[in-house]
Amino acid sequence: MASLSQLGNSLYRGDVSYNIVGRRKTWYLVSAILITLSIATLGVRGLNLGIEFKGGAEFSVPLASANDQSVTQAREAVIAAGETPSTVTVVGGKTVRIQTPALSTEASNDLSAALAKSFAVEEGNIKVQLVGPSWGDEVTQNALRALLVFLILVAIFLSIYFEWPMAVAALVALAHDVLITVGIYALSGFEVTPASVIGFLTILGYSLYDTVVVFDKVKENTKGIHGGSRTTYSESANLALNQTLVRSINTSVVALLPVLSILVVGVSLLGVGTLNDLALALFVGMLVGTYSSIFVATPFLCQIKERTAENIALAKRVQARRKIGDASNDLKPVVAIGAPIVASAGPRQQQVKKPRSRRSGK
Amino acid sequence: MAQHYRPVRSLLIFIVGIIGLIVWTFLPGERHTPKLGLDLRGGTQVILSPSVAAGETLTQDQLTQTISIIRQRVDGFGVAESEVTIQGSGNSAKIIVTIPGETSRTVVDQLKTTAQLNFRPVLAIDFGSPQPSASPTGSTSPSATPDPSPTVSVAPELLVPPIQSVDGSGDFADRFTALNCSESDVLSGSTDDPAQYLITCEKDGSVKYALAPADLVGTDIDSATAGLPQQGAGGWQVELKMTTPGGKKFADSTTKLSALESPNDQFAIVLDGVVISAPSVNEAILGGSAVISGSFTADEARALAQVLKYGALPIGLEVDEVQQISPTLGNDQLKAGLIAGGFGLLLVIVYLLVYYRALGVIAVLSLMAAAAMTYLVFVILGRGIGFTLTLSGVAGAIVAIGITADSFIIYFERIRDEIREGKRLRVAIDQGWMRARRTILAADFVSLLSAAILYYLSVGSVRGFAFTLGLITLVDIAVAFMFTRALVTKIGNSKWMLAGSSWTGVSPTRLGVNSSTSEAN
Repeated sequence: MASLSQLGNSLYRGDVSYNIVGRRKTWYLVSAILITLSIATLGVRGLNLGIEFKGGAEFSVPLASANDQSVTQAREAVIAAGETPSTVTVVGGKTVRIQTPALSTEASNDLSAALAKSFAVEEGNIKVQLVGPSWGDEVTQNALRALLVFLILVAIFLSIYFEWPMAVAALVALAHDVLITVGIYALSGFEVTPASVIGFLTILGYSLYDTVVVFDKVKENTKGIHGGSRTTYSESANLALNQTLVRSINTSVVALLPVLSILVVGVSLLGVGTLNDLALALFVGMLVGTYSSIFVATPFLCQIKERTAENIALAKRVQARRKIGDASNDLKPVVAIGAPIVASAGPRQQQVKKPRSRRSGK
Repeated sequence: MAQHYRPVRSLLIFIVGIIGLIVWTFLPGERHTPKLGLDLRGGTQVILSPSVAAGETLTQDQLTQTISIIRQRVDGFGVAESEVTIQGSGNSAKIIVTIPGETSRTVVDQLKTTAQLNFRPVLAIDFGSPQPSASPTGSTSPSATPDPSPTVSVAPELLVPPIQSVDGSGDFADRFTALNCSESDVLSGSTDDPAQYLITCEKDGSVKYALAPADLVGTDIDSATAGLPQQGAGGWQVELKMTTPGGKKFADSTTKLSALESPNDQFAIVLDGVVISAPSVNEAILGGSAVISGSFTADEARALAQVLKYGALPIGLEVDEVQQISPTLGNDQLKAGLIAGGFGLLLVIVYLLVYYRALGVIAVLSLMAAAAMTYLVFVILGRGIGFTLTLSGVAGAIVAIGITADSFIIYFERIRDEIREGKRLRVAIDQGWMRARRTILAADFVSLLSAAILYYLSVGSVRGFAFTLGLITLVDIAVAFMFTRALVTKIGNSKWMLAGSSWTGVSPTRLGVNSSTSEAN
């Protein structure tokens, strides 16, 4: 923990700086591979949609302990009641879950009575869920509509609060997070329930939240750099990333700990259910979200910004100044990962905007 | 700016606010715990949506009427705190029925099968002692003769079978005599088993009937429309079309009834155990369609047609989702949610304490304050606007721990940044806040935005989650602005913090500043 503090100090001053923006091609490659994989899996396997999206009936029978034999028993009971079980699974070691195609309420009552009899449990303890065939479509439609409205409003907000390139970069990072999270669902075959959809939607908020915090620092650091010729936009943005890195790590840890706790407690106490569906989507999404706000959003932002006339001019001025200032021309703006953490001695009275990278000239 | 900020005053306001909330929450005679959703305490939730043919639109009127009838029916189950709510409007409206506790499995049937409509042959009629009312006792056509039924006529021979078949709870004829329509609660509706005999009243309480098992049930009717006779005179009437099996049953029934004497030539149209109308049958009707005529007004005819078509509801309903959760499971889920929340909170507390030390203590206090405030607001909103805490709401709250803690983290990191710049603690705390405030507000705004959009555009569990998340974001802002900042400022002025022990979490030495340089700014 102390070393994270130390790292924080060094990162803040620029003694240690990870060249995140400069290596954007690496991050893009990583993301591109993940996204390609996601889309490919989605295309090949598709999502394992829960009963809420397919329509049908679901019965959860609580047992002292559920095993393969209970599955067989349940299957037989369902068939004996004249229905067809589409899936029968053991959930959390204590519950047998039976899913059937859509049933009328009468048929569902009969079946739940038959199951209660077969397993000698009270009928009232069987959890029953009936879902009409159009319900899932509606949930999906609602979610998509919410997503669209959200994106438009967020884009407007970010454009006003920051500027439009930041809005674009934030939305790109957002799309990145959702695609990869959905891809992981497709790949792992985890069931997609309305709770997971809530999870996905929350990721949107969280991913943006994270990006907003980083961009706020970028905005602060890049204010007024165009008057000088010391740092380029990318370098300032990279410094901002490094300065907020400890914050990002801390925030992610603090956000992930409760989610992790839901996952662990939920699985051990309840088996699969709302809590876990939600927590799983959140866990994956938050990890990806933290990654993207650092490694995707800001590099992408720099890419857009470096194309503007004033930043091209700035980059030229900075380059010219460095050529004159250093004959060896070996002024890497940043120190590579793994550089020793050196607490710098001597008075440090510079402003934030001064280039930490010129430390080597001292 | 820094000079004008009074941490003690801010703290006092916050504490007074919390005490106010506590008093409000624990007002005697009110509920002191949040209202739990049915996934946390067990119960049945049914989501219904109107089935509307393409091109049709629902009027708000139809919807309101439907809701009030469903509400009556739900109230009829006698379960406290049952709820009928509506989300959305027009064709996309959803009716959400929530019945807490352990409910019978037939509850769903009773809601879904809009109402039970039975056609029962009349065994006996009692118009009561006063004058016979002009109730819409029509007749079934072709010929439409309003039927001046005799006041009392019990056909004793027809009362024989009921005595044996009705549940053995006494003499059928005696029960018929004993029933007093003006006092009995039969009019509030009841389940009507079409296979059983029934003693009941007309819906205005004026007439008493003894009825045989149903010859036809509601599903035998294909359509019903109100209209005026095509040729010439006569009042409003209702045209009925039976399904094919219904037509056959109807033919058998009318053949049998038309041969009998009054009042046994009548059949009663019984909805949820209450007689709506009892037309007499003049002749056997074989074609599968019939006309009920009599002294109907236009409204009465339309209402009867509606009843025949849909049961009592003005619109057809489809079941979107049914969830039945036993109280045991609900309790388990609540426990798991609380354990997960508690455990998650504990982990976060440990992390914050280890990393931020003295500042961590403030963060933990702030989290506690936020948790307390959230609980109080849950209780108050549960009473005020019927906010129910569902499992997804609990999940939202757990997730919000992270977002709340993040506000403190942003603030603390900013303070540390300022100290790394070489500023003094007091200055760092103020300037750190100025910078962090903007970020916290912007980030919380995005959270709030997503919560609001989710809330307005979704149904069911998603809503509960969005509401909780939005609520806690607001609580977070209140706590960060009123409580955390004040506490940090106050403690930041203490000698111990200024001395910069490594346990403060803002020790200049640990933050890489030489003591000689800390005076530089």
